[in-house]
Amino acid sequence: MKDDLIFIAQRWDIEFKHAAGETASTFFKAIMQRREILGRLCPKCKRVLLPPRSFCERCFVETSEWVKVGGEGKIQSFTIVYEKFEGLPPPPYAIAYVLLDGASTAMVNFVKGLDLNNLDQAIKKIKIGAKVKVAFKRKREGRITDFWYELV
Amino acid sequence: MKPHRIGIIGVGQTKYVTRRDDVILPELAREAAVIALEDAGIEFKDIDAIVFSLALDALEGVEGAEKWCAGTVGGFRKPFLRVHTGGATGGSAVHTGFFHIASGLFNCVLVLGAEKMGETHEAQNVLNQIFDPIYERQVAINAVNMCSFQAMRHMKKYGTTEYHLALVAVRSRKNALRNPYAHIKKEITVEEVLNSRVICYPLKLYDCCPRSTGACAVVMASERFIRKLNKRDVAWIKGVASCTNTYFMGDRMDDSGINDHADAEGLFLAAKRAYEMAGISDPKKEIEVAEIYAPFTTTELSAVEALGFCEKGESGISNERGVFDIDGKIPVNPSGGVLTANPISVTALARVAEAALQVMGKAEERQVEKARTAVATGEGGSLQFYTVTVLSDEM
Repeated sequence: MKDDLIFIAQRWDIEFKHAAGETASTFFKAIMQRREILGRLCPKCKRVLLPPRSFCERCFVETSEWVKVGGEGKIQSFTIVYEKFEGLPPPPYAIAYVLLDGASTAMVNFVKGLDLNNLDQAIKKIKIGAKVKVAFKRKREGRITDFWYELV
Repeated sequence: MKPHRIGIIGVGQTKYVTRRDDVILPELAREAAVIALEDAGIEFKDIDAIVFSLALDALEGVEGAEKWCAGTVGGFRKPFLRVHTGGATGGSAVHTGFFHIASGLFNCVLVLGAEKMGETHEAQNVLNQIFDPIYERQVAINAVNMCSFQAMRHMKKYGTTEYHLALVAVRSRKNALRNPYAHIKKEITVEEVLNSRVICYPLKLYDCCPRSTGACAVVMASERFIRKLNKRDVAWIKGVASCTNTYFMGDRMDDSGINDHADAEGLFLAAKRAYEMAGISDPKKEIEVAEIYAPFTTTELSAVEALGFCEKGESGISNERGVFDIDGKIPVNPSGGVLTANPISVTALARVAEAALQVMGKAEERQVEKARTAVATGEGGSLQFYTVTVLSDEM
């Protein structure tokens, strides 16, 4: 029996249309219309949360106002992906969490404009603590991929 | 809080493998159930309730796959509850079993699950879907690179190196040779780990777990039930605690050092609570064996620090000194751990099962000498959910 088993191929292909909600919509609109990155201020701990959320997880309160953060920041952690994963971009690509000037939490995005073909060369440039700037796509469509980071 | 006298009286595991084409998921779960019941010396009819340990439905290809399994594992006309906290699922399932019995409503609970992730084309595609669809998923985050971010911060903060990571892989592989249930049974050298291909820098192929298929079950019972059964081999649950961290990893990466992604603070807090419940004041001295949920080498380094087995930042050097070897001061993952078998739905349950076998003295080739107090952990989501279970041979 072991060599004569039957297999049934199935595929999940399910479409979703997620509402981004008012908070993320405001964030994306500022990127689309003004090339600005906005965080949300917690009235209690005074942290500026990026990505912006309507609540502060630490203080259990609603965030109170929008704060424009800087277009530059510092890498807090990163990786360079060399493996091809199904459904994900062709490697190599670099991803980094960046603490933008004026923000209290780090936001993740791709790091572009760096030659990643040689790992040893690449990690001489991309480091925790390295300065980066935000670069915007010309045609922005209200996605996190409307911007990315570039080493300064 | 009055002490709860609840113990594990039966353990069942299947050998973890890449695929099991001879059985469907419910049948696989049943295999572990039958072994655990036999080990406990009871039958399906003696079970009061079932807790089903099942993580990501998309890995099984069946939405709410617990429905598929409930009848096969003895659920007919009985309370049945599915638990899912990602990688921590098995730990949460054991805790749920504990709460069931501690409530006084149930005397004997079967906690079990099965994983057949070998049937998905690629697991990381599914694991990318656990991330926020608005802000993060499109940035290609998955279960590998979330741990790369942890490794990078640990290396930066403490001077940990890729060599230290490799030591964890080498020890796990070596231990797995003693475990008949381990999926990967092939020894490797530090050089082989360091020279393996880069997946998500700094994590290389041999820093990563396999994706495994298999099932695990434990029978949990009240003191009354255990006495009636006249059961001698019991792994008493001395402490259970869980702790939740932020969903967004970037919230753990400011410059304050507080709740740092390098440090597994959620595990630290869960351990603190579980130790307190178990009456453990010095884990370095009192914990004699640990089964840690660490699907990547880096996860284990942060975990041993959070569990208090060494100071923060000293996991690398402790590995150099052999502290966590099977004959070391605090043996970690004598089973070979998650790096040698990761059937996600039951991985954290297998940690408890292995810890139970250790304190029962039934761990055979992988038995740690005189191991009477053990700790088992679980870790799920974006290093978000943590479970800690302390077990002992003493009530």
